Amino acid sequence: MNTPPLALQVTDLTLAYAEKPVLWDIDLDVPSGVLMAIVGPNGAGKTTLIKSVLGLLKPAAGRVSIYGKAVDTQRHRIGYVPQRGSVDWDFPTSVLDVVMMGRYGKLGWLKRPRKEDRDLALAALKKVEMDNYAARQISQLSGGQQQRVFLARALVQDADIYFMDEPFQGVDAVTERAIIQILRDLRESGKTVIAVHHDLQTVPEYFDWVMLLNVKRIASGPVTDVFTDKNLRRAYGGRVGFLAQQSHETGELTPPTNT
Amino acid sequence: MLEILQSLFTDYTLRTVTLGTGLIGLISGALGCFALLRRQSLLGDTISHAALPGVVLAFMITGSRAPLVLVIGAAITGWLATLVIINIVRYTRIKEDSALGLALSTFFGVGIVLLTIVNRQPEASKAGLNNFLFGQAAALIQRDVITIGVIGLIVFGALIFFWKELKLLTFDSEFAASLNFNTQRLELILMSMLVFAIVIGLQTVGVILMSAMIVAPAAAARQWTNKLEIMVIIAALFGAISGMIGAIISSLGTGLSTGPVIVLVMTAIATFSLLFAPARGIIWQNIAMRRKGRRLRQSLVLADLYELATEHGDPYYIHTIEALEAMRPLSGSVRYALQGLVDQGLVTKQGQEWGLTKAGVAAVHAQQSD
Repeated sequence: MNTPPLALQVTDLTLAYAEKPVLWDIDLDVPSGVLMAIVGPNGAGKTTLIKSVLGLLKPAAGRVSIYGKAVDTQRHRIGYVPQRGSVDWDFPTSVLDVVMMGRYGKLGWLKRPRKEDRDLALAALKKVEMDNYAARQISQLSGGQQQRVFLARALVQDADIYFMDEPFQGVDAVTERAIIQILRDLRESGKTVIAVHHDLQTVPEYFDWVMLLNVKRIASGPVTDVFTDKNLRRAYGGRVGFLAQQSHETGELTPPTNT
Repeated sequence: MLEILQSLFTDYTLRTVTLGTGLIGLISGALGCFALLRRQSLLGDTISHAALPGVVLAFMITGSRAPLVLVIGAAITGWLATLVIINIVRYTRIKEDSALGLALSTFFGVGIVLLTIVNRQPEASKAGLNNFLFGQAAALIQRDVITIGVIGLIVFGALIFFWKELKLLTFDSEFAASLNFNTQRLELILMSMLVFAIVIGLQTVGVILMSAMIVAPAAAARQWTNKLEIMVIIAALFGAISGMIGAIISSLGTGLSTGPVIVLVMTAIATFSLLFAPARGIIWQNIAMRRKGRRLRQSLVLADLYELATEHGDPYYIHTIEALEAMRPLSGSVRYALQGLVDQGLVTKQGQEWGLTKAGVAAVHAQQSD
């Protein structure tokens, strides 16, 4: 086995809430350096999958390894963008303060953030074009701006693998383009990005790797191989009529930009 | 008034009591910010009610009414209640609010039963355990104040020590966990601090009203700032001020229980803050809303004037108010909006008719390009 370790390897992951399985026997291999979308219908367990991979939820069974090692030993290499709605945006703090929280993991217990952490946070804000908002109270941000702040917080983590829960949820078109550019830059520099994604139409354009999930893993792999009409039907049942029109006889979907 | 101030320095009892309640307010106010921001306001209520059986049991077992003994008893059952809540939420389908209510009523019920039993014994009635219900600051002696002070130092020390972690836990606990912080341990630290803050106030404020000491100063302080550190400081000060004023009023021989008086003072501060604080206060927000509405009406009238005028091929063409009113059923008076526009030099009045000025036309163009 001389191949480099997989960025993420999930084996037999099962998680249940009160007897009802939410994730069932998930196996997933994600190679390093891909931009992967996790897609699936509502209640498919997309967020749950990310949270159990990160150890935020306790699975009933299964193993997770990041770059070949247990998650707990690899925390410094993991970046996380939770769902925007998971926090109270009326919390009394500033944009810069929130971004600085991305440095807390590297600082560890008891150490205070220093000037270099501040500089890194400002640089990350510049990357997401929010540097003019550094001193702003977070309750004054729009949805797209909140998402950018969360992204900046993950960028200062300087991780190797990023998990993002719906980074495009409720953002404006400009923000969506800005975010996808940043994700591509991350991939260019060899990072791995795994994002829960809702908009099936943009999957082939934005991502090169995809996982279709509906409690069980339906398929995962390169978008060109597994993002097929057949797999989508298996994941979504009959509710993907609009996609069928776009599919070719090969069963592959073409990016909407080319049609 | 002067007399009171004077007696603060000369009257030993009053000085002790005021210092004690001030310290209690300081500590509970600061910690209350975290409870409030984590939406766990009811947790304080549960802990304080759950402390009652601990107080009575401590007395029954040791026969002592030394404050430290009773406070330790209170802390044990208060802490036990938080563990019960955490485990109910974790292992059953019962939601947190129901778990809090369950723990509160069960523990408090046990406390009342025990208190009734103890009160049947003649020597026990002198122990003043009944004061734990509504609080009696007059009972504070120097030894108590020292106990409170030491606990306060520990709590504030922990607050400064774990500041960054507690802030992160309160804002985004899942992100904290993803960074490898042990959030369960942090939560336990925060809850233990809250238990401490509550039990030291029980004798003075009483189990029934102690939760107000946690929630009210924090809610008031949130109105005045957008920074967590400032909020904690303001809440601590609000707590201290209400504690001291409440204690003074109650010990002036009015015979009032201290707890209710402190809480009333605190309510006054909180109400004032909710109404009058800049930016977040209800009154200020109302004014801002009205100003916004006025500006919107003005820009609509301006656009209407422009539209009417351009139909005549002349942007400066003048119209009557009636024509403008017919344009759309605006809420509010068109005349009032026009008058405001005249004051800004965007509109001129010629006889009974109104038209745009040069600046007005420029303003319409600016509006449209937005």
